[in-house]
Amino acid sequence: MPSKTTLSSANAAAGLSRSFPPREKLLWMYERLTLIREFEERLKWLVETGVPVGAVHYYTGQEACAVGVCAALEPADWIASTHRGHGHCIAKGVEVHRMMAEIYGKTTGSNRAKGGSMHVTDVRVGMLGVNPIVGMGVTHAVGAALSAKVRKTSQVAAAFFGEGATSIGAVHEAMNLAAVWKLPVVFICENNGYAQATPVEYAVSVTKISDRAAAYSMPGVTVDGQDAIAVWEAAVTAVERARRGEGPSLIECMTYRYYGHHQGDDPHRYRTREEEEAARERDCVRRFREQVLAQDLLRAEELDAIESANRKKIDEAVSFAEASPLPKPADLLTDVYVPAPQGERE
Amino acid sequence: MTVTAVRELSFGQAINEAIRLEMRRDPTIVVMGEDIAGAGGRAHLGFVDAWGGPLRATRGLVSEFGPDRILDTPIAEMGFLGAGVGAAMSGLRPIVELMFVDLIGCCYDQIMNQAAKMHYMMGGQLDLPLVIRTAYGTRGGENRTYGGGAGAQHSQTLYAVLAHIPGLKVVVPSTAYNAKGLTISAIRDNGPVVILEHKFLGLSAKGAVPEEAYTLPIGRAEIVRRGHDVTLCGIGRMTHICTEAANALLSEGIDAEVVDVLTLSPLDEDTILESVSRTRRLVVVDEDTPVCSVARDIAARVADKGFDNLDAPIKTITAPDTPVPFSAVLEALYTPGPAQVVSAVHELFGTGA
Repeated sequence: MPSKTTLSSANAAAGLSRSFPPREKLLWMYERLTLIREFEERLKWLVETGVPVGAVHYYTGQEACAVGVCAALEPADWIASTHRGHGHCIAKGVEVHRMMAEIYGKTTGSNRAKGGSMHVTDVRVGMLGVNPIVGMGVTHAVGAALSAKVRKTSQVAAAFFGEGATSIGAVHEAMNLAAVWKLPVVFICENNGYAQATPVEYAVSVTKISDRAAAYSMPGVTVDGQDAIAVWEAAVTAVERARRGEGPSLIECMTYRYYGHHQGDDPHRYRTREEEEAARERDCVRRFREQVLAQDLLRAEELDAIESANRKKIDEAVSFAEASPLPKPADLLTDVYVPAPQGERE
Repeated sequence: MTVTAVRELSFGQAINEAIRLEMRRDPTIVVMGEDIAGAGGRAHLGFVDAWGGPLRATRGLVSEFGPDRILDTPIAEMGFLGAGVGAAMSGLRPIVELMFVDLIGCCYDQIMNQAAKMHYMMGGQLDLPLVIRTAYGTRGGENRTYGGGAGAQHSQTLYAVLAHIPGLKVVVPSTAYNAKGLTISAIRDNGPVVILEHKFLGLSAKGAVPEEAYTLPIGRAEIVRRGHDVTLCGIGRMTHICTEAANALLSEGIDAEVVDVLTLSPLDEDTILESVSRTRRLVVVDEDTPVCSVARDIAARVADKGFDNLDAPIKTITAPDTPVPFSAVLEALYTPGPAQVVSAVHELFGTGA
């Protein structure tokens, strides 16, 4: 069983003799990191120019967490997400034009305009839902892991949540269930330092959230959440353990959200500009680029080509969203009740 | 359908048989809850199936289906209901037991924000085949005169807070026969269904039940007794109270019709309105407290859509607007009984005391 020590020492070794994913995976990671960044930056620009998209919570700054974890998952695996979920969706493979259309409230959206930013879901790619009731997505990931175990598949579920969610009972209930049933689930705590405007040191009783893993007899590790490779490495260990049927793990990713809690929040009412600048020094997209170039793993031209392709992809997503139709009045009343199976209706 | 064999089963046994037959048919069905089997993990010491749920409706299932499908849970209603939701999103058909509906406060988000809304807020891309079974109600009316019942936190009839939520189907069976049929329908339904099982019925009601699997339509009320003078509309155990009242009224020459509501949401307005259009009088009998209750919702709908067919005001009989008392004497007063129904009918006819 991979212990906390093994994972920690693997991370301590990072930078010296660390392992890297294969080239194809690295290309995929850079593509996803920059696609999330482009999506969020464009969305922020759209919001600031007055596009009425409803409540959005930008993921900018935290991209390495979603991408590092999803790089360790298979397409058939599941993830469950939080209110700050755009990055998780993109990393798991939800198409950006369907996400953008959903956020615009258009019928071509992933949820046919019934969900919006806080409910983007695509079960076809194993994305079980952005979920803005803090902690609830964690319980759903545990349920998906139970499903994998009962149906005897090799699927794994990853639950993303913030450090704020570690204060809600549902998360602890979910962790205990996963531990006693040895479920194939990986708990990913993205510690970005703030639950809305409440700092982590005020609201969380431990200095390292990964220490809480001990309460559920599972491995817990804290990694640099601004380093996609480090996140990937920890996720691979946890996912392999889950697939072997040895149960859950907890990974705490130390990260930072560049903007406020949501589009209307001014973070300078609770944190300093100096702190923000220091966090940006650790920017995960730039660091990834520097690492792979320094190690001669990828070439600058191919990274530039990925970035320009992503800009185009987001251009197209916005055009698609803008051109898509609004819901019709009759859509108000559809999909309230799941229909009974055919033959059961009388 | 052809029925080949019928025996007497208790309400709890009928539900047990429903789950058992469906689990044999479909390997994706699992059951989760606190002590639905009991003695979890102690089979090696010879302890299995120590409990079986509050109505013993899950007793014996672990012996047939094993602990991988009959999952005793820790005391974590929010956690295991959430796991039920997640499992229903990913290929299982979970039946989750919430021991008593009074515990709903520990997991309400999973029911009202998660299970109920998933299909709608995800644009219909996802089915959610989840059944939540839960025991409700007082034991008032057992003719005990001392001691007490289960008190304010283990005796409630909290179905209005479920019926209020769009997207949830809410079913309240009243007999062993309809408990089996509605449970099977709920398991086969692709959306979330809550089944409320009355403790008093669970432990005492017996009835004829066919051996085979059969379904009864969710969303359909049933006229269980034909009459032409007044409609008595009952929910769950209250349907039996209505029938007792109807028997008493017959001796006075009042011929009451009894409608068993069976599904609170979506409510079968048509059956109730049709009955009232013939009897021209309505008494709704509900064990829940009165404010924002299903009883008053039914009354409002009939007033709205069937007013011209009424010859008298609609009466609702509910528990008083109080918590459930502990004392057996007070609990019996709290729980609506046939005398109150008879008296309400007298008022409608301008007769009696």
